[in-house]
Amino acid sequence: MMRPALVAAMLALGGCGKDQPVSFQPPPGAPTGKEILHQPAKLTSVESDQKDALGRPLRVSCESCHSLRETKPMPSRPEELKEFHQGLRFRHGELACTSCHQAREPRTLHLATGEPLPMTEVVTLCAQCHGPQYRDFKAGAHGGMTGYWDLSRGDRMRNNCVSCHDPHTPKYAGAHPVMPPRNPSAHGEPDTKEAQGHE
Amino acid sequence: MSDIVSRRTMMKGAGATLGAAAFAHAMAPLTEWSKDLSVDEFLQKHYKELTRDELGRVLLHLKEETKRKYGRDVDIQALPPQEGVSFAYALNLSICIGCRKCAEACHQENNHDRRTGNSYIRVLEMQQGSLDLEHGNANYDHPVPAEGKYYLPVQCHQCDNAPCVKVCPVQATWKEQDGIVVVDYNWCIGCRYCEAACPYHARRFNWAKPEIPPEEINPDQGYLSNRIRPQGVVEKCTFCLHRTRAGRLPACLEACPTGARVFGNLLDPKSPIRWVLENKRVFVLKEELGTRPRFFYFFDK
Ligand code: SF4
Ligand code: SF4
Repeated sequence: MMRPALVAAMLALGGCGKDQPVSFQPPPGAPTGKEILHQPAKLTSVESDQKDALGRPLRVSCESCHSLRETKPMPSRPEELKEFHQGLRFRHGELACTSCHQAREPRTLHLATGEPLPMTEVVTLCAQCHGPQYRDFKAGAHGGMTGYWDLSRGDRMRNNCVSCHDPHTPKYAGAHPVMPPRNPSAHGEPDTKEAQGHE
Repeated sequence: MSDIVSRRTMMKGAGATLGAAAFAHAMAPLTEWSKDLSVDEFLQKHYKELTRDELGRVLLHLKEETKRKYGRDVDIQALPPQEGVSFAYALNLSICIGCRKCAEACHQENNHDRRTGNSYIRVLEMQQGSLDLEHGNANYDHPVPAEGKYYLPVQCHQCDNAPCVKVCPVQATWKEQDGIVVVDYNWCIGCRYCEAACPYHARRFNWAKPEIPPEEINPDQGYLSNRIRPQGVVEKCTFCLHRTRAGRLPACLEACPTGARVFGNLLDPKSPIRWVLENKRVFVLKEELGTRPRFFYFFDK
C-alpha cells in the first residue's frame, strides 16, 4: 500500500528513474567488478498527459509516431514545436534545441564539434559544459547509485545524468518529504522536542 | 570492567548455588524487568567472549524467537569486520533537498517500530548560513527544498572518540575494527547513559516492543544491527553493517534520489570517500567536542 505522501513525492520526482519505493532488492548477480550505468527508458520517449496506476506520467515511445512518418527538422526554440511536443517546458540556459539534438535527426545528439552521438551517451554530452559535475561523477561523488561499494563482491549501478535531471529543465525538482513527523505519545515517540535540540 | 563485577557474572554464581530450576524461578522477576530478554539471553556471555558455537546457538535462538513473536522466518548473521576495511560516510549539503527518503529507507531496512515511525536519521531543516544544530527543525512537513533553508541529515557519526562508549557502565556498546560503534542488545541494561552522552542525538531507546507486520519485516538481519530490538534497550545507526560488511552500500545511500551521499572504505585509495576527503572541503559537526566523527559534510561551493 502506498501512502499519499509517497505518491506525491514520486510525482514530484517523476523524472528520476531511481525514485521508486524502497524495497529489499536482492543483491545484483555475480560480481564482474564493474560499474553499470543505468539507462533510463525516457531517452527515447516523451511524456503523454496520462498517468499510470501509481500516478506517474505515462511515456510514449518516439517510435510510436516517428516510425510512421518522417521527422521534420528540429526548430531552434521549443515554442515552435507542434503536436505532442508542444507542452515541453524548457529551462536550460540559453540553449537551443539544436545545441544538443541533430537538426535533421532529432533522435540523436551531437557534440559541440558536430560529431553525432547516440542518445545513450548523454553523460559525454553533458560533460562538455558541466566539467565539475562530471569530475565528481567520475569520482563516485555525484549521482545516486545502488549495489556494492566493494566491486570485488558485486556490481554497482550508477545513475546517468538524465536519471535525475530532466535535460530540458535540469534543475532538480522539489518534493514533498516522506516520513511525516508523528504525534508525540507518552512512550515511544522518537523525535519531538529532543529532535529540535531543546533537550 | 575490572573493578565492576558484571551483573551476569554475579547471576551465574547465584545460579550455580541455587540449582537450575530454582534459579530460573528466582530470575523470573528479572526477565519481567528486562522485558523482552529471556533468562538464556540474560545469562549469555558478552558478545566479544562468545565462541563460534555459542554464537551459533544464540543466533538460532534469536531466529526462533523472531518466528514465534513476529511470525516471520528471518536470517540473522553476525558478519565480522573485514580486514583492511575502515568505513566512512560523507554527505553533500549542496545537493540534499530534505526529502527524508534516507530516513524512510532506514526505517524499513532496520526494522523500526511502525507505530513510532522511528529512524536512525533525523533530517534537520536549517537556516541558510547557520550551522547551529540546536535551531534545526526535524519536524517540517511542507514541500522541500524551502526558500532560505538547507537540509542537514544527522545519524550516528561512528565517532572514533565516542562519548557514548565511554559512559556505558556495562560495556554493552563499543567500537569495532571497521569503525562502527555497535550495541549488543542482549547486554544493554537500558540505563540510557549513552543516549544522554551522544552530542548528536543519534541513539534511540526502545520504550515498547516494536510492532511490525510480518510482511514488512526485513529478513536480512544482523546480530549487532537491524534484528528486531528487545524492549528496553538502546539502539543506533551502524551504517547498515549487515549490508556493508557484505560489500553492499547502506540503505540510506541507495534510497537517496539526489545522490547526496558518499560511502566507502577509508583504507582504499580508490574509494569515492577518499576522493571526497582529498578534494572537497569537508567538515564535521561539533568538532570542538573532539569526538572525531567518521561522518563528513561538504558543500559544492
Ligand atoms: S534522501 Fe538524500 S536528498 Fe533526501 S533527505 Fe536524505 S540525503 Fe537528503
Ligand atoms: S554519534 Fe553519538 S552514538 Fe554515534 S558514536 Fe558518536 S557519540 Fe556514539
